[in-house]
Amino acid sequence: MAFLDIVVYILKGIGVTVAVTLIALPLGLVIGVLLALVRIYGGRVFSQVAGVYSTVMRGLPPIVLLFILYFIIAGSINISPFWAGSISLAIISSSYQMEIFRGAVLSVGEGQEMAARAIGMSRIQTIRYIILPQAMRLAIPPWSNEAATVVKDSSLVYALGVAEVLRRAQFVGARTYKPLMAFGIAALIYFGLVYLTSFALSELERKTRIPAF
Amino acid sequence: MKKTILRIENVSKIYGETVVLKDISLEVKEGDNVVLIGPSGTGKSTLLRCINQLTSIDSGRIWLDDQEITAPGVNHDKVRQHIGMVFQDFLLFNHLTALDNVMVGPVRVLGMSKEDARKKALWELERVGLADRAGHYPGQLSGGQKQRVAIARALAMDPRIMLFDEPTSALDPELIGEVLEVMAKLAKEGMTMVVVTHEMGFAREVADSIVFMEKGLVVEEGAPNDIFYRPKFERTRAFLWKITELYGEHDKDAPRKEDEE
Repeated sequence: MAFLDIVVYILKGIGVTVAVTLIALPLGLVIGVLLALVRIYGGRVFSQVAGVYSTVMRGLPPIVLLFILYFIIAGSINISPFWAGSISLAIISSSYQMEIFRGAVLSVGEGQEMAARAIGMSRIQTIRYIILPQAMRLAIPPWSNEAATVVKDSSLVYALGVAEVLRRAQFVGARTYKPLMAFGIAALIYFGLVYLTSFALSELERKTRIPAF
Repeated sequence: MKKTILRIENVSKIYGETVVLKDISLEVKEGDNVVLIGPSGTGKSTLLRCINQLTSIDSGRIWLDDQEITAPGVNHDKVRQHIGMVFQDFLLFNHLTALDNVMVGPVRVLGMSKEDARKKALWELERVGLADRAGHYPGQLSGGQKQRVAIARALAMDPRIMLFDEPTSALDPELIGEVLEVMAKLAKEGMTMVVVTHEMGFAREVADSIVFMEKGLVVEEGAPNDIFYRPKFERTRAFLWKITELYGEHDKDAPRKEDEE
């Protein structure tokens, strides 16, 4: 197998790697934002439940959690390893994203909330129109860090037999006895994806910046 | 007889063991401008926050027009729509332009169409002399301009009463005048106002009545001339003596009657 064939073989996994990321990140974002809001505004009981969730999830290695979640999900519904793995990664990421958004919401400040309530906005309206638009902007830099992590952690679903970049690299490396080349190519692909993600997010940060703030 | 807009009856507020407000009673009539003065930490700001229910009271009752707003089951969001509030540190929404800051209430809270709200917001900005700054973000405005936008934001809700919580305390001395001018203009137009301030010039010129508070109590209440020149209590006299000494310079910047014409 020639060098180019190896490259092409591994490149075919990009679609799956990107797909896993594009499921895990936005799903993790939705869960993370909701949990952050519950943590802050949810009242004592719900807030504590969200706090425990965050502490436990962030206290375990992602690969261990991936296996546990995979067997819970795949054991209860009929679902492909691809989907089970992506959803598991989303759940893992949500605990980190929750902390990112919690910090962002808190740094918007109580004054903004008070001013919004003072013109008659409900708590929900205040969060929707005043707090979140500012918090989302503040969250972009730390979130881009998490996005890079999720791109890289998408390689973990390799352990579930999903044919993404790492899985294909490992396979072709073993078959051609060129593991270093195969993993090197995989490394370059991951680096490229992370680089693109960071670039896109710094553009987003620049475009959404509040003038003179 | 002028209509009573705001009636506060025996309101008390306790934080832990500290009594912040002790049995406060106060009545504000339509078009009146009531100025609250007193040393810091005497509950003036807390009283304002209790009026629009940003802080809950521990006992007593408050009426706005003929509705008891402290009664159980009253929708506080609805009540706040009718009470404008201006804060010491402006608290403009950082991510919105001056225009959007003023529009967001009418659009989101009152359900006004964007087009109507835009017209209304521009008119309110005109009222505070900032129509030409409509597209500016808070970070692009001076402190005095920010506070005037904050006043326009409150006015856009067509409030029954406006509360001002030390509106000029965070401003550089040269910017205080423009804010006080807007407030004096509002008072002249007949807006009902309760103002917490240390600007004694403003209090003397614009207030219909002055309430002197100390340690959570209303010590003395009366017409500006009585409070300033014939205070009944030694504590009022001592406070005024101290404050005019400290803020005496500011009095010169306060809007005078002849400047307004």
